[in-house]
Parts: sequence; C-alpha cells; structure tokens
Amino acid sequence: MKTSYREAMRAALREALAADPRVFLMGEDVGKYGGSYAVSKGLLEEFGPERIRDTPLSELAFVGIGIGAALGGMRPIVEVMTVNFSLLALDQIVNTAALYRHMSGGQFSVPVVIRMATGAGRQIAAQHSHSLENWYAHVPGLKVLAPATVEDARGMLAPALADRDPVVIFEHAQLYNMEGELPEPWTADIKKAFVRRPGKDVSLITYGGSLPKTIAAAEQLAREGVDAEVIDLRVLRPLDDATIMASVAKCRRAVVVDEGWKSGSLAAEVMARIVEQAFYELDAPLARVCSEEVPMPYAKHMEEAALPQPAKIVAAAKGLLG
Amino acid sequence: MTLAPPPSGPVPWTGEFAFKMVRDMLRIRRLEERAAELYGEQKIRGFLHLYIGEEAVAVGALHALAPEDNIVATYREHGHALVRGMPMRTIMAEMYGKREGCSRGRGGSMHLFDAQLRLYGGNAIVGGGLPLAVGLALADKLQGVRRVTACFFGEGAMAEGVFHESMNLAALWQVPVLFCCENNLYAMGTALARSESQTDLCVKAAAYKVPTLKVDGQDVVAVHRAAQQAQLQVREGKGPFFVEFQTYRYRAHSMFDPDLYRDKREIEEWKTRGPVHTFTARLKAEGKLTEEQFLALDAEVAKEVEDAVAFAEAGSWEPIEDLAKDVTAP
Repeated sequence: MKTSYREAMRAALREALAADPRVFLMGEDVGKYGGSYAVSKGLLEEFGPERIRDTPLSELAFVGIGIGAALGGMRPIVEVMTVNFSLLALDQIVNTAALYRHMSGGQFSVPVVIRMATGAGRQIAAQHSHSLENWYAHVPGLKVLAPATVEDARGMLAPALADRDPVVIFEHAQLYNMEGELPEPWTADIKKAFVRRPGKDVSLITYGGSLPKTIAAAEQLAREGVDAEVIDLRVLRPLDDATIMASVAKCRRAVVVDEGWKSGSLAAEVMARIVEQAFYELDAPLARVCSEEVPMPYAKHMEEAALPQPAKIVAAAKGLLG
Repeated sequence: MTLAPPPSGPVPWTGEFAFKMVRDMLRIRRLEERAAELYGEQKIRGFLHLYIGEEAVAVGALHALAPEDNIVATYREHGHALVRGMPMRTIMAEMYGKREGCSRGRGGSMHLFDAQLRLYGGNAIVGGGLPLAVGLALADKLQGVRRVTACFFGEGAMAEGVFHESMNLAALWQVPVLFCCENNLYAMGTALARSESQTDLCVKAAAYKVPTLKVDGQDVVAVHRAAQQAQLQVREGKGPFFVEFQTYRYRAHSMFDPDLYRDKREIEEWKTRGPVHTFTARLKAEGKLTEEQFLALDAEVAKEVEDAVAFAEAGSWEPIEDLAKDVTAP
C-alpha cells in the first residue's frame, strides 16, 4: 500500500488510541488545529478532547505532566512542536523521565512517548530547524528513535508505547510528505539498525532526514561504479553496534552522515565506536558529512549550503576510495 | 517584620491523636538532629537539607491525607517520608548510601522514593515535582480514581516558570492536586522579598482561579485543619487547591550553608514559635500530656533513632556490578 510518512504516523496514532484506553495524545495544537504538521488531523473528532488534548504553550509543564501521567498508569504520547522548543522541556525529560527508574532503585517506570519534529529544509530559519537528536541520545535512561521510512513511521510507535521506559521519537520535518510503499506486515522493531541498501565498497551510515539524501548519494555512486551500503541507524540510543561493525567489516570504509552540527555529534559517537571496535577492519580514515557549524540560515541557497547534501556525501565517499 | 504570637488555643483532638502528632514531629526532629551529627562524623555525605522547625507542616498535612493518596515531595523530605510510613531505618540506610535504603543507596537524603507508599520522590530540581503531580492527578482523573495528589514545594519554586505553567494546567483541567507550599521565607539564601515582586503567594495561585488558604505552619492544629478542608474539596472533584504554610527552618539550607544571610535574632524569634514545644505546652495546659509522658516518648523516639543508626551501620553496599542495573527496564 502506498502511503505518506504523515499518514503512516497518523495511522499508528489511531491504532494506538483505539487499542489501549490508557493512551492519549497531548501537545500544542494537536487537536482543534489538527497538528502543526497535520499528523493528528482528524483524531480529535474521532477520539474526543480528553484523549486528543490541546495544551497551552507550556512545554515544561505538559511534558512533565505526560511523565507524571505515565507514572500514574497512563500511556501518554506527548507531541512537542519541534526539537528547538523541546529545550524548554529538557529539564523534565532529562532530570525526571530519564532518571526516575535508576534514582529510585528501580521502583518507578516512566512509560511516556515524546514525539517531536526535527531538522531543516523548509526555510524556517535558526530557531525552528536544528537537529538536536544527539542531546537526547547522550542521556542514559532514554530510548531515542528516528523513523526515516514510511514503514518505521507506521511501525515504531506501538513498540515505543509498549516500552517501560521513556522513548523520544524524532520525525524529520522533511519526511512528512514523503511517500512510500508500506509492506504488510510492517516491522515493529526498535532495537536494530537496518541495511537500507546493500553494498560492498563503502558504508554510508545515517539516520532520519538524511536517509533519502544518503540513498540518492549511493545511487549516484553506483552510476560511477561504487557500490555503497546504506545503514539507517533507526535507533539512536542504544546504538546497534553490531550492524554498524558488520557493515564496516564488509566495506572497510565508512562515511557517517548526520544533520547535527559536527562538534560533539552523533556522527562523532558512531565514528568513535568504529575506531574502538573495528579499527583494524578499516582501509581508510573515517569521514563524515554534517551540518556546517552555523545557525540555520533562512535564505534557500544558504540553508542548502549548511546541510548535508548528496553531492557532499558522494565527494566524501570518493575521497575514501582514492 | 513582626512575628505573630506563638501558636496557642485549644487543641480540638483526642489525647491519642494529639499524642500521635507530637510523636511524629519529635521523630522528625530527633532523626534529623542525629543525621546532622552523623554528617559531622562523615557517615552521611553529599547534601543534607534539614526540616527542623518545619515539622508541623508535614505532620499536620500528611495526617489529613489518605493512604491511597499520592505524595510528591522535595529534597527536604525526610519528614514527609517518615510521616508517610517509611521506616526510620530505611531512611537512615538511604542517607548512609546503603543497599537497605529505600532507593538502594542511589538517591541519598534528597531522593527518598517508595512505590508502595505512593511517595514519588524526593525531587531535587526546584519545581520539578509540580508538573509530575499534575500528571499523576490527571492520570487519576482519566482513570476515574478518586485520589488526591499532594505536592510539596518551597516558596522558591514559585519563582520558576513551571509553577505557573503547572498551576494553570491544574486549574484548566480541574485535576485533584493539593498544592502545599512550605514558605520558609528563604530560597536557599535569598529572602522572598528580595526575589519576588509579589510576596503574597496566595495571590499567585488565585491568579489561576485556584482556591487558597494561608496558614500558620508552626501550628500543627491549624495546618491539619487547613489541609483537611483543602483535601476534602480536592477529593470531591472540585479541582486543585493551594495552601501556603508559613514556616521557618531553624537550621541552615544545607550542611554546606554558613547561614550568613539571616539575622540571628530573627532565627531566635522564630524559635519561640517552635512547632513542637508550643504544641506540647498547649497539650500540657489542657491536661492531655504530662511531662513524664513526653519524656517517655522522647526516650522511645531516641531508641528508634539509635535502632535506625545501627541498622544503617550494619547495612551493606550495593555491589558495583549492579551499577548499571535499572537504568532501563530489564
């Protein structure tokens, strides 16, 4: 069945709400407005205002309330409009949700799901466009997911809700309109990285909104006689080291593609793990393509220049092949 | 500032109930006095925030609540845990960092948790417990459970944006939260008047259409009466309620605090309004308590404290192999 990422996510929400009365969706403009990215459009009419709960502009409180409701036996899905706004709620996510189980000696679970849009590409400038997935992937106690396909948009929510720990889901804003084939049955895995395109000459390791760009780069490389393997991390915490290392061992060269800023990035973490675990498998230094270290500009040509692009990925891969 | 006279007047309780209240206040006082000594002996480390002087608030308020209610507390929560029913042994072992502590020694003084007692911390981010409490109450409301979530916090938390966000949502959604503000006049070293343009705390809650009461937090009778009235209204589904308990801590903010920001005379004046001695004096005047009974009680509490210390001393350390246990679900 052909579907869009947005529709797949909405179908997952609808299924979760129908399946479990403990599930409710809460966030800014999720109800009457229909969701700022229209993901929850129509759900208010279907499930009512108790379960599709509009909130005021109070990120810290409504994320904290989701955490409290999870402690109280509910299965809340909290939508934060963008990752930039989630910084207002960072205290509750990091200091409460992520810590409560360990700090209480294992007494409390916080089964909350926090969804947010991330990433650039829509010319909405510096305060709405950053990729801060690595901030969350840094924190023990959290699980961090980055669905990059319609299948994952459809399949990742249910296992995230079933998880007894807080799960943060990043939906890249550029993916919502993406259409794709939804297989039947779709996978519902939230543990593994997937090989999206098998290859043997170079591993291109990425996640989220950079996946379509990386696949485009792999196709370009194929036209030039380079057989690239594309790894979609999918789960940013905990990272699936085994899949990464298997690909590196096979291809012996790797480029990490990450829309986050280079310094202290997820790309840096992946590269460090490759060096720790697969150094002697490598035939070339590692490379990465990240966003330029600037606040995201508004003007289209400047925004494009700041972001990872297929041409940059192709150039980085060819640089390793000599 | 002229202080109100010490709490006085008739105690509308049976001797038995009054005795229980004295006992719990004394248990907090003696537990913490001993904890301060043990801090000096380096048996307890890290932060240790004493509740001494504020005991009437936890004792009066918690005795107005039901066992099935939720409690959310702050990092100054030894008293709340104790009155709620956590054994003194378990609290002391936690302060020692021993495995027999309520949180396996991972939390220490600031992070007392007990799922059975529905004690949700022990939250050491100022204001951190406020949205949590609203969420717990929302869960109850959505599940049709008739329960009060009591959230304790200091007046310092009311300067945080999250207080205002939480108060608004609690009122907007009419969830059953009893907001218990322990106003001890100082946010660490900063006096209320030096940090807030509006020092009438009830006005802030009332701005969100939350009903309020302002109470003498040194008077356990007044605390209990206010908490009783407020919890009843919350339990009946009439939405949140805010109570300001006006109190004072007799010790410094933490063991690291040299207490240079308060006038010694102010502290001494507040001590004349001490929750334990003013209450026992009233009971003695009414013939509900004798000096012999009080001394016997004090001796019994001292024994409980020493037993708790012995328990903590004899406790074990969590094995280092368990370091990463419970970061996520097994």
